[in-house]
Amino acid sequence: MRLETIPNPSAARKVGLPALALLATLGVAMLLALIAGANPFAVLGQIARGALGSKLAILETLNRATPLIFTGLAVAVAFRAKLWNIGAEAQLYAGAIVAVVLGTGALGSPLVLPVSAGAAMLAGAALLLGPVLLKTRLGVDEVVTTLLLNFIMLLFVSYLLEGPMKDPMGMGWPKSPALIPEARLPRIVEGLRLHWGFALAIIAAVAVWVIQTRTTLGFEIRAVGQNPEAARFAGMPVNAVLVKTALLSGGLAALAGWSEVAGLKGHLSSDLSPGFGYTGIIVAMLALLHPLGVVVTAIFVAGIFVGSDAMSRAAGVPTYIADMLLATALLFMVLAILLTKMRVVRG
Amino acid sequence: MSEIVDILISASFWAAVIRIASPLILATMGELICERAGVLNLGIEGIMVIGAFTGWMAVYQGMPLWGGVAVAMAAGMLFGLLHSVLTVPFGLSQHVVGLGVTLLATASASFAYRLMLPQVTSPPKITPFQPLYIPGLSDLPWLGAALSQTALTWAAFAVAGLVAFTLYRTPLGLALRAVGENPAAVEAQGLSVTGLRMGAVIVGSGLMAVGGAFLTLSAFSSFFFEMVNGRGWICIALVVFGAWKPGKAVLGAILFAAFDALQIRLQQTALGAVLPYQLFLALPFLLSILALILMSRRAEVPAALMVPYNKGER
Amino acid sequence: MSRDSGAEVVLRLDRITKRFGALTANDAVSLTLRRGEVVALLGENGAGKTTLMNILFGHYVADAGSVEVFGRPLPPGNPRAALAAGVGMVHQHFTLAGNLTVLENIRLGTEGLWSRSYAGAREKVARLSRDFGLSVDPDARVGRLSVGERQRVEILKALYRDARVLILDEPTAVLTPQEAEALFATLRKATARGLSVIFISHKLHEVMGVADRCVVLRHGRVVGEVDTHATDKAALAALMVGGELSLPRAEARTPGPVLMRLDQVSTPDRGAAPGLKAVSLELRAGQITGLAGVSGNGQAALAEIVGGLALPAAGQLWLHGQEPETWTPREALARGVARIPEDRHHQGSIADFDLTENAVLEGYRTRFSRRGWMDWRAARAFAEGIIKGYDVRCPGPETRIRLLSGGNMQKLILGRALAPGPDIILANQPVRGLDVGAIAYVQAQLIAARDRGAAVLLISEDLDEIMSLSDVVHVMSQGRLSPAFARGTMTAAELGLWMAGQKFGEAHAA
Repeated sequence: MRLETIPNPSAARKVGLPALALLATLGVAMLLALIAGANPFAVLGQIARGALGSKLAILETLNRATPLIFTGLAVAVAFRAKLWNIGAEAQLYAGAIVAVVLGTGALGSPLVLPVSAGAAMLAGAALLLGPVLLKTRLGVDEVVTTLLLNFIMLLFVSYLLEGPMKDPMGMGWPKSPALIPEARLPRIVEGLRLHWGFALAIIAAVAVWVIQTRTTLGFEIRAVGQNPEAARFAGMPVNAVLVKTALLSGGLAALAGWSEVAGLKGHLSSDLSPGFGYTGIIVAMLALLHPLGVVVTAIFVAGIFVGSDAMSRAAGVPTYIADMLLATALLFMVLAILLTKMRVVRG
Repeated sequence: MSEIVDILISASFWAAVIRIASPLILATMGELICERAGVLNLGIEGIMVIGAFTGWMAVYQGMPLWGGVAVAMAAGMLFGLLHSVLTVPFGLSQHVVGLGVTLLATASASFAYRLMLPQVTSPPKITPFQPLYIPGLSDLPWLGAALSQTALTWAAFAVAGLVAFTLYRTPLGLALRAVGENPAAVEAQGLSVTGLRMGAVIVGSGLMAVGGAFLTLSAFSSFFFEMVNGRGWICIALVVFGAWKPGKAVLGAILFAAFDALQIRLQQTALGAVLPYQLFLALPFLLSILALILMSRRAEVPAALMVPYNKGER
Repeated sequence: MSRDSGAEVVLRLDRITKRFGALTANDAVSLTLRRGEVVALLGENGAGKTTLMNILFGHYVADAGSVEVFGRPLPPGNPRAALAAGVGMVHQHFTLAGNLTVLENIRLGTEGLWSRSYAGAREKVARLSRDFGLSVDPDARVGRLSVGERQRVEILKALYRDARVLILDEPTAVLTPQEAEALFATLRKATARGLSVIFISHKLHEVMGVADRCVVLRHGRVVGEVDTHATDKAALAALMVGGELSLPRAEARTPGPVLMRLDQVSTPDRGAAPGLKAVSLELRAGQITGLAGVSGNGQAALAEIVGGLALPAAGQLWLHGQEPETWTPREALARGVARIPEDRHHQGSIADFDLTENAVLEGYRTRFSRRGWMDWRAARAFAEGIIKGYDVRCPGPETRIRLLSGGNMQKLILGRALAPGPDIILANQPVRGLDVGAIAYVQAQLIAARDRGAAVLLISEDLDEIMSLSDVVHVMSQGRLSPAFARGTMTAAELGLWMAGQKFGEAHAA
């Protein structure tokens, strides 16, 4: 067999195949429910209801989507340039640490939020700068270095929480002191449990979209990602573009941690992120790296998680079904997207 | 300082080094085969998890230990099949597919564990492989203690030898080395690029899974979720460090294991009282990054690594 | 050479048809090859020659038709079966693994994967080398061999498998005229031993010299089959392009001032590719400077210097009488250097970008944006201008460039380069792989640019192209540059000696 480019793929193909991928994922979900001895339709219904069934459920889903939008954007921006930033998890924690350092009394009121947001972005950017410089200067593969940095960062957070950043009132739990009220992100609507981090995430998505489609940097990022040799030949400063991409990506990922601490939790603990950095990869890929699509897929992915938690409590199917479904969706989707552009032919 | 010397000359230290190196050697050989054939397999971390889980679960369900190893290998090969179908004939991004396979394999292990053992709070134990008594060798002073290892460790070294022999001494190895360098050369000589690459990924994934199973069947006696803990990523660094050569990669794994064994022991010394233990735990990861930096631009990367081959491409 | 039409038929292609999407690459093509015979498969780029041979060899599966070797049908899509039937192919792009030795490349795939290596391999290779005049060190790593040596390895690969039918795809494209002669000698030895050869080419004089029979393909169809002794070049050319279509010839002109000068420029070697060795070169206004040579002899290094991608490690680069302080592609573009890259797919364009985006790749910063914001309206207008002005056949500027034919892609790149009115033009292999119509168009544009007063540096492996277009010719070999030869002062054979590097020593000694 051989793959052949389809000159003008039909609309049915472009929409139908990704839809088929989602349907197939649904099929896998039902199969897993059957394996777990539950009624497949009941399980799907419970996931849907758990994610969207009530005002409370919807707010929970949107809250859960907020860090995923940020990490999804971070991955989408980087992958566009074929910069394989798998270190969003570490950059997220860098942002969270900054939120605690600046938010627990070091800075006075009106300044604290914008300053700590900016500083968090810088911290995340700085964390990705190392791997990207190793890539551009020495040719060290950034996949492995960013992955390894995730583990180092988690150990660093653990050290901070057991040492210098430990909450003296924490009754022995490894967590940081609480943020002062001025350093907390307010709720969007009083009385509804949804903080401004969500709004900021959407603003960030729009901003990334504008950068990608309207600016020279966006043009350069796309060109470098698709064909660095041609970009270099045309006079684009390929390495500088990669560094700028890294700064943007690392900064966005850091905002995820910053908004979780400042918006939701109010303090830092080592279970702040249940793998938001890695899930960001799924969010970005499902969105085909489109920044506005990231918002949609992040809410979808968050819904699966929130819904699965609720379903698990009711139906007894392990919550890890959510992780399996998302990984399956990722693999089905990349295959479906390929087949919208190529077809399999004999010989 | 003398404490460190004491550690370095003790037989128990070297026994630990060889034990720690064993799963790394197995998984590194697996990754090396894949990469020599031109496929980067980022599924390694998850495949090690699935190997650790399935091997352990098989034994927990009453299979013999070697049966557990076989089950782990089969499970790894299954995920290798998934990886290779997507990356070889379909030529999808090896980065994305590899991460997807890692996420899927890890989630599958967690899901199955929770499903099969819904109630347990502390993970149940099995009876793992015991150190092998080798007449003559095991009675030697010092060496006998250092080489007091399980059969799976001996198997790891045998696998490394087999991989090296196959790569450099057989027509199959010749074809593997060629397909990672220029798949068109292999195709023009009547061999199947798809077959060789898929085979390499499937067999390599099987070895990774056995590396994972080593953790549950030989090193520890139970399965817990975070047990692989980045070892897969470290193995990818070891392949680079070993310049895609089995011998050098084994040496790298041993060197690496030595540092790991040392940091565990240093934690018990005066140094451990001064420095936070997290620094010691971070050492393997820092070391891996250092290894990557040292070997950058020196090693000869297989020229077609991460380049999909589509014979119709014009 | 046998021309006995009664000789045994060794190969028969019967009404082979192959489509790629909407394109019919082969349309009911039939061909017969007899024992001891050389048949040339002649046709311009894109006529379907390589596709036909890839079907014969099993890389592709034909949509219709059949292949018979020694009277037995060949199963489709199986290179292994073709090899086993005695068909050997020397691909245009060599299929060798650079990390392996010559012997390993030859042995690859000849032994069962699970069996032990064959001990007699070395002796057999040595014997074949001797018998066919193909000298090469069996233990050398292929990555370090010259192009000529690699081709010998390719032929040895086929002979080692006892091939009875040898297919050579454009074998002389990468050789000096003298190396080509050596290849022809090898082919004569092969046919004397009863082998049969299919020789794919678009060079008429070679076909006339080496082939017994000639099958001409055009647009995927056989348009003629002639005995080479009963025809002449003009008739073949007319068959090949389907009528009278002559390539432009540049008439002599008086050159203007020196616009760019390289003075004793050297660059480091890169692996097997030599760097420049104290190269001095002048590019004059209103002059086409041709650079001949076998590829991989330092042309890429020279093109990188001229195009702004690299700086001389030693020596000076002068532009309009000044040494530029910085030298980058952007700087080169700003100073009026236009670049047509060697590889239009990998360097010249971005496959999944549309024509607008590809058109502004070089100028987006200076001409199609303001303060970091892209001006897509201006960009689109520019792309439309190129499409109209340079006859780029496409549905519109929003078409992805990967869907264009090579000729149309090259026209867009040409338009992008020439639109700002450059005064220095680097044209690196500008017509490689194009059909005759596109070749004529691109060459005419280069001549027109010269007539407007531009200095053109034309790099090509095709000696005919160099000799017909250039006002002065240099030859590169092993990173060294020959003196400038004025138009018409050198024969192809003389230039060939320079290409082989032989003349450099003499010039030095003299």
